[in-house]
Amino acid sequence: MTVIQELSEQLQQGNPKNVAELTRQAINENIDIKTILDKGLIAGMSVIGEKFKAHEIFLPHVLLAAKAMYAGMDLLKPLLLKEGIPTRGKVIIGSVQGDLHDIGKNLVAIMLKGAGFEVIDLGNDVSPEKFLDTAEKENAGVVGMSALLTTTMPVMKKVIDLARARGLYGKKRFIVGGAPLSSEYAKEIGADAYCFDGVSAVETVKRFAGIF
Amino acid sequence: MRPAIRFLGDELIERIVSEGRHIMCKLGIEIHNDTMLSLLVDHGVAIDKNTNRVFFNQSIIDKALVSAPRSFKLYDVLEKQAVDLSGFNVNYTPGSAAIYILDGKTNNIRRPLANDYTQYVKLMCKMNNIASQSTAMVPADVHEKISDSYRLYLSLLFCEKPVVTGAFTIEAFEVMKNLQVAIRGSIENLAAKPLTIFSCCPTSPLKWSDVTSQNLIDCAKYSIPVEYISMPLSGFMSPVTLVGTLIQHTAETLSGLVMSQIVNPGTPILYGGSPAFFDVRYETTPMGSISTMMIDCAYNEIGKYLGLPTQAYIGLSDAKHLDAQAGLESSMGATLAALAGINNISGPGMLDFESCFSLEKLVVDNEICGMTLQMIKGIEPKEDFPSQPIFEELLKEKHLLISDHTLKYLKGEEYYPGKVLSRANRSRWEEEGSTTISERAANEIDKMIKQWHPTLLGDDIKKELTQLMEKEAQKYGMSKLPQIN
Repeated sequence: MTVIQELSEQLQQGNPKNVAELTRQAINENIDIKTILDKGLIAGMSVIGEKFKAHEIFLPHVLLAAKAMYAGMDLLKPLLLKEGIPTRGKVIIGSVQGDLHDIGKNLVAIMLKGAGFEVIDLGNDVSPEKFLDTAEKENAGVVGMSALLTTTMPVMKKVIDLARARGLYGKKRFIVGGAPLSSEYAKEIGADAYCFDGVSAVETVKRFAGIF
Repeated sequence: MRPAIRFLGDELIERIVSEGRHIMCKLGIEIHNDTMLSLLVDHGVAIDKNTNRVFFNQSIIDKALVSAPRSFKLYDVLEKQAVDLSGFNVNYTPGSAAIYILDGKTNNIRRPLANDYTQYVKLMCKMNNIASQSTAMVPADVHEKISDSYRLYLSLLFCEKPVVTGAFTIEAFEVMKNLQVAIRGSIENLAAKPLTIFSCCPTSPLKWSDVTSQNLIDCAKYSIPVEYISMPLSGFMSPVTLVGTLIQHTAETLSGLVMSQIVNPGTPILYGGSPAFFDVRYETTPMGSISTMMIDCAYNEIGKYLGLPTQAYIGLSDAKHLDAQAGLESSMGATLAALAGINNISGPGMLDFESCFSLEKLVVDNEICGMTLQMIKGIEPKEDFPSQPIFEELLKEKHLLISDHTLKYLKGEEYYPGKVLSRANRSRWEEEGSTTISERAANEIDKMIKQWHPTLLGDDIKKELTQLMEKEAQKYGMSKLPQIN
């Protein structure tokens, strides 16, 4: 088994220590950074995603694998920056203003990070301005909004309306999720997609990033 | 604590058993088999030759109760232990001998063929909550005289699980025994490691036919386990009261027990049955009736009181399709049966008064069985005391999804059903095609049958099984066995 294969395997096992060690070894062996990322870390997470969809593994194992992914990414990130290799993309995420619920949003953030995206988590009770200011400042392609309450759902529309006013609509993708949401509602407010769980969020963001 | 359910107190059980024994001794049981009658006479039992009525005595009943094993085990074709029929252990097996199959593609019923039976057997290999096979359908494309043995042949050829079966005629027993001896290598090894259970049915009220009496004799000779399937019909062929029906069931079942034990003391048996509370509106024998289920659970209590392992036809439905009625009757029966600790529960896959088998229903019922097996594990403390550390972790980490505690107990504390049950949120369910339970079951069937691989039984033994079956078929004018796809 090559070091890259072993890296993918250890990531699937959810072993951050071994993933860090193998990533370091791969770097020391002068293996191409993009190969380490794509064929080692991301390939491992893809297997995890498929197994999760097939019910072969459950959510905790996905999260453990994601945690292991971070261990590798922490070492690769400075090198990717140095070599000017673009990341998979940046996502701003948060629970909308007035909503203090963040369990679902946190899960989505973990799974997006696990899939290799850079995630900026604004936490909960996030104002429309903060969503858009951060998206502009960080040059993020995707804005993810979460709401658990029917009373806070309208804030999502405010974010999109403000994006229209600022000329950001159409340039950035807006995704929404949360228990009271639906694809109909997402369409009504002009969101680009409704994501009903972590897996669908990852698949949607991958689609937007042109990764299939 | 294992959850349990009871319908009878010990005092009532004693009265029922006492009455059942009284009926056996005073009114007698009709037995239409000369060999059995001679054996009974040899054992000091009085008979009326004109009516074939046998008047048992207390002593011979007591002796049979002493010699019958308290438990036994079944072993698969590779001699691995597969079913433990003891205590409150619960094992599922499909319903048996349906004369129709509900065709999943057309949704119509038709006579099952050898290929249907083979598909069923291959599917049974994947039914992880159903411990044994049964000879669930009667293939219509073989001579009726081999329709019992041919089912057993296919079961033994394509699946490793032990088989609950039965002979329709006296003559069929020989080849059905020989198929088993071919697998075990010797009669002695077959007796040591039983592979099948034969269902033997008295005829209500209080009668044993020539065929079933002979089946009891033949099974006992080779120590092949039997389950007595007494079928009183409350209000029609037995008293309308549940207690009255239980008295009749006791008399019919204990008479079978005596017959097995005088042939070969120690013959393994199950205290079983398939009673029903007769529906006087439709003239039917509903297996989904709550009173039917109560009789099943109650005679199981009597069997356990007598120290015997038990069986019942319960957890099946009278619905005609895989609909809400099928789900409610099957799950209610399976739940009660599991709580009652019935050792061998015959039911999964069966519809329409035990006459119609559905592969789709089998796949759904497998999940019902899984849930009930989880339920009877009960609730036990794990690393729950003291509780402060886990709550500290929860407050610190904000969730427990990847806590060591979660990873350790996740799978033991819940039964995770297969994809046939929808546990996805509406959006995902829609994304996956807005499927009905029947459609999901059909998908699972296709997938599971494709995953089937030949059993590890040696090719030489498989060849011998085929030779035995071909020879039997030739006896009845069949030059070859049906082509299996």
